Amino acid sequence: MQFWVIQTLNSLALGGLLFLLASGFSLIFGLMRIANLTHGALFMLGAYFGVAILRAAPGLNLWVAALLGGLAVAVLGFFLERFILRKLAGNVLSQVLVTLGFAYILADVCLLVWGGDPIPIPTPAFLQQPLRVAGFAFPAYRIAVVFLALAVGALLYLFIEKTRLGAMIRAGVDDPQMARAVGIPVSRLFTIVFCLGAGLAGAGGIIGGPIMSAYPGLDADMLPLALIVVILGGVGSLLGAFVGSFIIGFVYTFGVALLPQLAYVILFLPMIVVIAFRPRGLFGRFAA
Amino acid sequence: MRWMVLLAALALFPLAAGEFYINLASQVFIFAVFAASINLLLGYGGLATLGHASYLGVSAYLSALVGLKLGLGHWIAAPAALAGTTLMACLFGLVALRATGLGFLMLTLAMSQVLWGTAYRWVSVTDGDNGLRGLTRPAPFGLSLEGASAFYWFTLAIAVLAVWLMARFVGSPFGAALRGTRDQPRRMAALGHDVWVVRWIAFVYAGFWGAVSGLLFVYYHKYIHPISLSLTNSAEGLLAVIAGGSGTLGGPLVGAAIVMLLKNWISAYVERWNMLLGFVFVVIVVFMPEGVVPGVQRLWRRYISRT
Amino acid sequence: MTFDRRRFVQAAGVLSVLGSSSLRAQAAPIRLGLMTVKTGPLASGGIDMERALVQYLKERNNTLAGRKVELFVGDSGGVPAQARTKVQELVERERIQVMIGPLAAGEALAVDDYIRQAQLPTLSVAAAEDLTQRKPNPWFVRGTSTSSQNSQPLADYCYKQLRMRRMAVIADDIPYGHEMCAGFQRVFEDLGGKIVQKTFPPLTVPDYGTYLAQINPKIDGIFLGFAGSNGFRYLRQFNEYGLKGKVTPVGGMTALDEAVLRNMGDEALGIVTACWYSAELDNPQNRKFAAAFRAEWKYDPGFYAAATYVEAAVLEAALGAVKANIENRDAFMKALRSVKVDTVRGPVRFDEYGNVIGNVYIRKVERKEGRLVNSVIHTYPNVSQFWTYKPEEFLKNPVYSRDFPPAKNLE
Repeated sequence: MQFWVIQTLNSLALGGLLFLLASGFSLIFGLMRIANLTHGALFMLGAYFGVAILRAAPGLNLWVAALLGGLAVAVLGFFLERFILRKLAGNVLSQVLVTLGFAYILADVCLLVWGGDPIPIPTPAFLQQPLRVAGFAFPAYRIAVVFLALAVGALLYLFIEKTRLGAMIRAGVDDPQMARAVGIPVSRLFTIVFCLGAGLAGAGGIIGGPIMSAYPGLDADMLPLALIVVILGGVGSLLGAFVGSFIIGFVYTFGVALLPQLAYVILFLPMIVVIAFRPRGLFGRFAA
Repeated sequence: MRWMVLLAALALFPLAAGEFYINLASQVFIFAVFAASINLLLGYGGLATLGHASYLGVSAYLSALVGLKLGLGHWIAAPAALAGTTLMACLFGLVALRATGLGFLMLTLAMSQVLWGTAYRWVSVTDGDNGLRGLTRPAPFGLSLEGASAFYWFTLAIAVLAVWLMARFVGSPFGAALRGTRDQPRRMAALGHDVWVVRWIAFVYAGFWGAVSGLLFVYYHKYIHPISLSLTNSAEGLLAVIAGGSGTLGGPLVGAAIVMLLKNWISAYVERWNMLLGFVFVVIVVFMPEGVVPGVQRLWRRYISRT
Repeated sequence: MTFDRRRFVQAAGVLSVLGSSSLRAQAAPIRLGLMTVKTGPLASGGIDMERALVQYLKERNNTLAGRKVELFVGDSGGVPAQARTKVQELVERERIQVMIGPLAAGEALAVDDYIRQAQLPTLSVAAAEDLTQRKPNPWFVRGTSTSSQNSQPLADYCYKQLRMRRMAVIADDIPYGHEMCAGFQRVFEDLGGKIVQKTFPPLTVPDYGTYLAQINPKIDGIFLGFAGSNGFRYLRQFNEYGLKGKVTPVGGMTALDEAVLRNMGDEALGIVTACWYSAELDNPQNRKFAAAFRAEWKYDPGFYAAATYVEAAVLEAALGAVKANIENRDAFMKALRSVKVDTVRGPVRFDEYGNVIGNVYIRKVERKEGRLVNSVIHTYPNVSQFWTYKPEEFLKNPVYSRDFPPAKNLE
């Protein structure tokens, strides 16, 4: 019994973290049709920014650090989109490859600046003690991550569904040509969405920091997960990213616990099945 | 005529260069075959793949396993490896070609990652992170390939054969059909071509040549490790094709040379070579998206027309 | 990025060299190669390896046994195929005569046959067992240890001193992890203990929650066979799941290495590990070494830094024995294997397979002068790779792996 409860909570926590990572990825993929392969590196860079911020200001609230770090990564994303990706507009493959090149560069920069050892991000003090529920313990911070993911999800939902900007983004996802024809400044939207996505990834890195730390290779660990979630949930759909994150959270956690030999197969099989047989994913607007 | 001169120069290279450079050249040729096989899909088929390292890796592992576990010689191991990998390409093609464009890219990536993870975890077969070692090079017609020069000529011969066969493939009517499906899939379908079958055949053929490069790889290194199936390896192959120029036969060969030399030579002088690789990637994709070979030609023509 | 102009000019000159030039004159410097990892996830250990070796050479004015030494460093990025290429480059282009390294087991296995072919004396850091057991390489000498050389005495300590009877083991799902756990399990169960759970999470798993939930709560302790950053990440989550105080973790030689310890906090206090080194060792060589290293780099030397420093001491002793005549490879190799020298890890000598026989230290994490250190609480002297087993018996069994010794007490 204890096993099932703890694993369920673990799954939820992993799902929450994945949502922070994948929501940005899904928006970028959906609007700009770019599989942003730098996304894992942006997550990692965010984590390292968090380390730097908290070293410079040790008593700072983790959430504030996450906001600042996210902002910093968003700025980097701005430069990446405005000066590189925009030059390659229309050539999706080139854009994807450039993001891959950037991932290499960012990963090496992080190694150069912060070295090869993993650096922890301290858990906020009031969340350090485990939560005792019905006789067993569970890290309080992870529950907090779940709630945070819900909150971020709600905010994003309000943004996408209830604001004018959100409506423009939805239009751009559905039909970029038509959106342009109607006068929506799609290029500017691209920049906004890319910055938003990058910022979410960066903030996600800091928020995930107390669980995963900042270490070289974090980008390569997180990127495939983001890919899987977004393909499964459906490109461009926030609901898809949300549902997909938690599904993968469960599939991975229980899969690894029950069938450890097949860990990688379990992880990628949903993605293969989805693209091969339902390319739109669960809630996607179009095929990946 | 130019080809004959180039070929002669390559053949005479070992007589002039030291052992290290001969070995480096062999590695360039192996990587060139790998890149050329990716180019069949990307340049001529219009299908970008991020999973091609799996063919190199699986072929290498099959050859190693047949030799180590079954104790059979290379004249069984090599065909077994090639056949097994090509069969795998047939199956993977069935799945991957259910999508095109980015979906195809993701599928090839996913399947390759599954194989990569399996190579690491299926320790009883692959010995996981230790890799398989103690492998041997074949001795075709009794000639030993242990020496650097001997192996170089062997690899050169295979590479030339590969490029020649690929040239015939893309020059054939089938190759024209393939290029048609790249440029105008709907029109090709309207003309009666089965676009899916054309792509699938190209996929399998590309997988076959990936398997050939895998055999050369495992013969050269006498060692195989799961990291050879990684995404990084596939990406480097893709980079080589893009860097050199994807629409041409010579492009991937030039690109392979560039990437391989960057990795093995420049890295001795420049510490942060990962970053350099990333920069080169970005620069080529942004400023010379059609590749170095056509890009240099274009810049040369512009320079000529200005003077 | 650093651009080494000197090496560039050197190589430009090499480019025009057709054959090999023989360096038989004793006045010519000894060409020493260091095979390490400077990029990628294993980089921090690899960088330490270089730093310690450079320090050793600098302290002796780059002269060993009266002859100048030139150091050539190769970076494999942690990729075995690239390690092989780099070793080839070091041998064929830089003409190294002896090599220290490589770092990782996979890399050592990849270059194994090339080393035999090139007859290159190698002082290995990598821990892969069979290289000095069932498939011994005659050109190998290993001054660090095999994977299980430290976990076997630790099992003895856990049973006898810590009085543990039921334990679980967890390690990365790589042969290094398997070998460490297998050694631990064998000794522990031979003494009468029971290993009730064996878990091997993948090397690159982002989160240990799943594995922590599966821990059998009715155990006295759990052995951690992690490498690199994984041990520290696991321990943090271990505490977050409220297991601190309920289950006692003990660690293998890389789980709480000084490199990782400096980023940890109170969660590490009191944890017992076993290793052939600790920065706190109180012998004359180490007092000097650790102090100098700390002064230069602002952190304590750990496993990797000590590794190359020890190998360098072995190298110097061997060179002394052959009067720096490294050109006679067979004599030099024999001298390497017969070395008996006092180093920063204590006295060191080699068995007939080329593996080290030395002290293994049981250490406990304590806070000293405001930083965390591995204080030595017990010493096992003269530990070989076979522990207390007879070599012939030991080698009759298959190599330590996931499935050997078979786990009969799992619950």
